[in-house]
Amino acid sequence: MTDQTSTSGLILEDVTLVHGDGEEDVRALDAISLTVEPGELVAVVGPSGSGKSSLLAVAGALTAPTSGRVSVAGVDLAALDRRRLTRLRRDHIGFVFQSANLIPALTALDQVRLPLTFADTGRPRDPASLLDEVGMSHRANKRPHQLSGGERQRVGIARALVTNPQLLLVDEPTAALDRQRSQEIVGLLARETHTRGVATVMVTHDHAVLHHCDRVLEMTDGRLADHTPTAGVDS
Amino acid sequence: MFLALRELRFARGRFALMGAVVALIAILMVLLSGLSEGLVNDGVSGLKKMPATSFAFQENVSKDAAFSRSLVGAGAVESWKHQPGVADATPFGNALANATTNGGVDIDLALFGVEPGSWLAPRATNGSSVVDEGTVLLSSTAKKAGVELGDVLTVAPAGNTLKVVGFLDGQHTFGHVDVGYVPLRTWQEVRAGVRPGEAVQSRVYEEFTAVAVRAAAGADLDLAAGDTAAGTTSLTLKQSFGASPGFTAETSTLNLIQGFLYAISALVVGAFFTVITIHRRQEVAVLRAMGASTGSLLRDSLAQSLILLLLATGLGVGAGVLLGAALTGTSMPFHLDPQPIAVASAALIALGMVGAATAVLRITRVDPLTALGGNR
Repeated sequence: MTDQTSTSGLILEDVTLVHGDGEEDVRALDAISLTVEPGELVAVVGPSGSGKSSLLAVAGALTAPTSGRVSVAGVDLAALDRRRLTRLRRDHIGFVFQSANLIPALTALDQVRLPLTFADTGRPRDPASLLDEVGMSHRANKRPHQLSGGERQRVGIARALVTNPQLLLVDEPTAALDRQRSQEIVGLLARETHTRGVATVMVTHDHAVLHHCDRVLEMTDGRLADHTPTAGVDS
Repeated sequence: MFLALRELRFARGRFALMGAVVALIAILMVLLSGLSEGLVNDGVSGLKKMPATSFAFQENVSKDAAFSRSLVGAGAVESWKHQPGVADATPFGNALANATTNGGVDIDLALFGVEPGSWLAPRATNGSSVVDEGTVLLSSTAKKAGVELGDVLTVAPAGNTLKVVGFLDGQHTFGHVDVGYVPLRTWQEVRAGVRPGEAVQSRVYEEFTAVAVRAAAGADLDLAAGDTAAGTTSLTLKQSFGASPGFTAETSTLNLIQGFLYAISALVVGAFFTVITIHRRQEVAVLRAMGASTGSLLRDSLAQSLILLLLATGLGVGAGVLLGAALTGTSMPFHLDPQPIAVASAALIALGMVGAATAVLRITRVDPLTALGGNR
């Protein structure tokens, strides 16, 4: 907490998350340790139910782990109450959701402005120029139902980045996209991660996009291991 | 407000539909208020405009028919005059009568008998007062029925004649008929059915309906003590409204309808925002995951409800007042009064907000975790 530079990004230390109580315990996360440095894009692959979403929930301050330590932007989450966790999410964590999850009533530009209306955040970026950066300025006044899947995801990425977060959590960003759009979107994520120095964790099924990532981890039954490309069917 | 306003604009069709329901309820409420005020005026405006603070009726008189059943004597007046805090007391006679003008117009009247020159005797717009026997001052509303100054009314059944010597300022009605002020002796003769020229028993001049009591300025009368001393049963001016024919039944019916309207509007608004909130669950989960606080989400949604209710109620009241203006002056008893309309609008908005708040509280139960994954 004292040394901001060395502790920013995401640190998980021996994190375990157990669902249910007593007889039918499910170990969603089993003694996970992971450090994601600022400017690093880490992909997490693995079958459904392996614990990938739980990893995002714990890293994103949405679920408290059963044991272990989680630190985001140099802050130990265990020390924070609900209100402070909400503020931490608002100020330091960006979420990119599966199929974007945009607000139906808002135009692309307003989607990006939305997080800044929750409260004054530290060093926000200009929504219009950010929208331009993700290649969506020409669609600024369109609402989600007027946008394609790829366009929505671009807006979703801009929305997640507008507060200048230290941690970007990305949940299956290409689930609803074709091959070419998927490459574009993950390429965009990689570029933003590297230029903005944000620590990014991306959960994905899509092995075709992994070459954009700095590190690929594989999740199996709640355990995390370095991904070995030869083991899979992907290239 | 950022999101609330944009959602109002985006789903304007849906919100307009809801607003239209609230606006219609507001219109209905204004009309009911006007009707209820009009009925009250028709029933008791003659009493309301009297300078009396209370009436002392015959002991143990039935309260909802006090004006038609009670008979008291001069002793009660004297007794009341000497009660502490009483400025003055004077006899008051009240009787319903049917009359016909010399022009052939039939008119129902509430004859109010007062002592000529007493504080209870009103003054007509042309300056005349209740002085001579056989004369009457009529409510201005009698003009609409076709009665003119100088007309002579023949009162059934005995055929007593009353000359119209003046009209009072504004509406003076009692039990939905026009009030006519006559000298007490004339009133007593009409009530006793004394035919013109007939010998009158002295007993006729000893009885009247009630003692009208006027409290001294700022005095708080002990009605019970006065009643014990005078052998009477008192009703305050306001309580005496209930003794006007049909008054209690009419007002309680209308109040019941108004009560139902409030309940309906609160439920309708509550149901609408419940559906809207359920519909927004995924969106709310995303907002909460992104770091929107519960408080700010609640504030936003409540602001949205308030804007909708204010706009809809405003439009409805406006339309209701216009409709009401068209009704005023027709045979329908209708009278728009700003105060009850303001109170009713405030109640409509407040109860709507209660309904909306109950619905919107669901936001607090949305788990931001559901924003992750393909959960719906």
